[in-house]
Amino acid sequence: MRKLSLVLASLLAVAFTFATMPAKAGSHVVEACLITKTDINPFFVKMKEGAEARANELGVKLSFFAGKIDGDHETQVRAVETCIASGAKGILIAASDTKAIVPVLKNAQDNGLLVIALDTPLEPITAADSTFATDNFEAGRLGGAWVAAKLGADAANAKIAMLDLNESQPSVGVLRDQGFLNGFGIDTKDVSRWGDEDDPRIICNETTNGNEEGGRTAMEKCLQKDMDINVVYTINEPAAVGAYEALKAIGKDDGSVLIASVDGGCPGVADVERGIIGATSQQYPLLMASLGVEAIKAWAEDGSKPENSPGLDFFNTGVNLVTDDAASGVPSISVKEGMDRCWG
Amino acid sequence: MEPVLVAKNLSKKYGKVVALDNANLELYPGEVLGVIGDNGAGKSTLIKALCGAVIPDSGEILLDGEKVTFTSPIEARTLGIETVYQNLALSPALSITDNMFLGREIRQKGFMGKFLRFLDKKEMADQARKRLSDLGLLTIQNINQLVETLSGGQRQGVAVARATSFGTKVVIMDEPTAALGVKESRRVLELIGEVRSKGIPIILISHNMPHVFEVADRIHVHRLGTRLCVIDPKKYEMSDAVAFMTGAKQPPAN
Amino acid sequence: MNKISDDISKDLKDQPKFSGDIGDKDQDHHTFELGEQTPLKKLQHFLHGNPTIVPVIILVLSVIAFGFIAGGKFFSAFNLSLIVQQVTIVGILAAAQTLIILTAGIDLSVAAMMVLASVFMGKLSVEMGMPTLPAILIGMISGVATGAFNGLLVTRLRLPPFIVTLGTWNIFFALVIFFTGSQSIRSSDIETNAPLLHFWGERINLGGFVFTYGAFLMIGIFIFLWFLLNKTAWGRHVYAIGDDKDAAELSGIRTDRMLVSIYAVAGLVVAIGAWVSIGRVGSVSPTSFYEGNLDSITAVVIGGTSLFGGRGTVIGSLFGALIVGVFSSGLSIAGLDVLWQRFALGCLIIIAVGIDQWIRKVST
Repeated sequence: MRKLSLVLASLLAVAFTFATMPAKAGSHVVEACLITKTDINPFFVKMKEGAEARANELGVKLSFFAGKIDGDHETQVRAVETCIASGAKGILIAASDTKAIVPVLKNAQDNGLLVIALDTPLEPITAADSTFATDNFEAGRLGGAWVAAKLGADAANAKIAMLDLNESQPSVGVLRDQGFLNGFGIDTKDVSRWGDEDDPRIICNETTNGNEEGGRTAMEKCLQKDMDINVVYTINEPAAVGAYEALKAIGKDDGSVLIASVDGGCPGVADVERGIIGATSQQYPLLMASLGVEAIKAWAEDGSKPENSPGLDFFNTGVNLVTDDAASGVPSISVKEGMDRCWG
Repeated sequence: MEPVLVAKNLSKKYGKVVALDNANLELYPGEVLGVIGDNGAGKSTLIKALCGAVIPDSGEILLDGEKVTFTSPIEARTLGIETVYQNLALSPALSITDNMFLGREIRQKGFMGKFLRFLDKKEMADQARKRLSDLGLLTIQNINQLVETLSGGQRQGVAVARATSFGTKVVIMDEPTAALGVKESRRVLELIGEVRSKGIPIILISHNMPHVFEVADRIHVHRLGTRLCVIDPKKYEMSDAVAFMTGAKQPPAN
Repeated sequence: MNKISDDISKDLKDQPKFSGDIGDKDQDHHTFELGEQTPLKKLQHFLHGNPTIVPVIILVLSVIAFGFIAGGKFFSAFNLSLIVQQVTIVGILAAAQTLIILTAGIDLSVAAMMVLASVFMGKLSVEMGMPTLPAILIGMISGVATGAFNGLLVTRLRLPPFIVTLGTWNIFFALVIFFTGSQSIRSSDIETNAPLLHFWGERINLGGFVFTYGAFLMIGIFIFLWFLLNKTAWGRHVYAIGDDKDAAELSGIRTDRMLVSIYAVAGLVVAIGAWVSIGRVGSVSPTSFYEGNLDSITAVVIGGTSLFGGRGTVIGSLFGALIVGVFSSGLSIAGLDVLWQRFALGCLIIIAVGIDQWIRKVST
């Protein structure tokens, strides 16, 4: 038994040495890390694919990390630490906790890594060397404005269901929710959290976990409070699909209920085409990821940092409202264009 | 009279430790054979070999005159050697009936039993009641009472009833009164008498000298891995038995 | 020999009466009578023998209470039957979970097994063109296989089920993401290519109550499992193994084989749930039911089954699932923040376990 343990231990030691050996000397492969909020949300799955594709083109070696759920900050902290230790040149991060992650990222910068925030800006935004973001508040706002414009005068009597992410209120959920209300014209009270509004048009805030099943159950509960709901804000397209199933079950899939969503993945855009979703705000995770990888490559080669969009603290990769039912005063792109630019 | 159970020259070694050293044992029909011995004398290994929990390195076991081999307590059980373990091996959350028939359930006749494999609960309950009353354990309020609601002595009763129900040839009882109080021990000793009166011989392992001397017909004294002697409790004192066990006294040659 | 019996009899006549004997009967030395009982003790004994009564009472009381608090919107036929729809999937998972918990085990991978099975059903029939019924069959086989896998790891590696299923949960879930890339198979595609997958989501209206076929199937599963657990030897052995594995082993039950079969049966039930879930959600969604594992355990615990094994009824889990659904719906309609639904759930769990512990303390 002792001999066996000795042999196994030696094998392990050898394997470990191989695994941690640096890349062949002289090849100068740039290493970088991509840390996303989760790896099950299709948005981040696509972000990872975009990053990987660009990294392969540029000869950058990318390592991937993700939290278990949106809001899992601890896993991301460990990922940053691992990244620093592994000798990477840069970190791309979509942070779950945009404030609490700052200290460990500063540590990374002190060690010579370039820190790029993706999707969600850090707080303060300057904690990252550069930010390729989408404006989740704007994404929500476009949807809210679109619905309000569509309803016209009836917006004053609308009955709105708010289908949110989860009770711990991660930033993406708060920004989209509050953006939507802002765009619709409802006082958001404290804009850093949802659920504190007192406008009687808001019938309910229910959580969906961002998936179809949650969307369905949340919509059902909202309908039980008021069967006449005619506006549904959804945190993302899977939740919207679930909500639609609930509406269909009681015969309200006749276009009398306006559903707004965010994400702009190809399945989501297709759902706009099918009439399941009224309008969705499209974001560009692939673009964010590939720009981020390019930035790290440039930093590794000549120490240059990317530039921000004019007048902004970050590089806005943009958000567009996708719908074939445009509303006046609310800029949007057609479904066809949305399909061209969609991810997933 | 031929013995029911015979162990001949059983030996068992664990590494360098000799647990059994050519041990012998005979059990005659209708008797209660007490088995006593100090800790480490090998009596528990002997009993384990007889009930199938341990396979001896050498030697043989004869049941009703025929050589038998078994490699598990279940196999021993099918041959008719039943054991009432020290921890009783009863399921506390199951009823008395369930426990009686655990592993030997009776299915309903006909379709329900053959295809749906439904149990014949009524039949099992009736038989359980009969078994218990055969042993003088009368008037169970509820045969479907959970075993955990019974006292230690009552549970012994159920365990013994189970061990004597299924065509038993030999019952081995391992420290049956060890965890019981005075009153409960009384009941168990009576039970032993009832079982004997049904014609089933019993091997009784116990540290409790008064109990052994009270119910045993013969007492097998085990020492240093083998049988030292067999004494008649009527002819010896408890203190003699203890002295033999510990080696303080030599038994007369017999 | 006679001398000994005489001696014993003499001793007995001189002894004080045995504990528990009420009456003055000299010959009744062998009665199994229980002592005097206070009303509380009587209640404790009653609950001990009929543990399912507790969740039933809680369910009825909570329905009535929420009827008052939340009014007609809660108490309508439509909403009450909607709650049944909402708990159908978790209910089926809870039925499977009950089997495992009865053996003093736990299965943290049930929801992952279910989603994996639904992915097989969906992918094969919708995306790869296989006829629907064989695809469903393969999904069922997936359920049995993943269940048996759990059982084999538990019995062969002798690891606690908690640890084994913690590992397999992650493994199965990773497989789901791998096969689907996190993308759902949409409802309309299923409707076009394999509408049979939606079967259990069809609804019927019975005088204001709207039930899905899936809800009836769920109840059927519970009834079937009840018969299995109470009327067959296999079922009794499930309890025996959970109660005292060594005693079961000594009684001739082949516990390792039984355990693998129990986990496999649970896997089959889970796979049936997978088919029903496609009808409920509409799409095959890889990210749905993420909390299904814990939800199923919650339903089982609230339903009165003890986590220590050997004790509890499968029907209790049905009531447990319904109680969770009632609270969720009632609190929502009453206008309370979502976090209070979670809070209430936490309290329910602790109360249920507390009552279970109290009931267990019955002994003479």
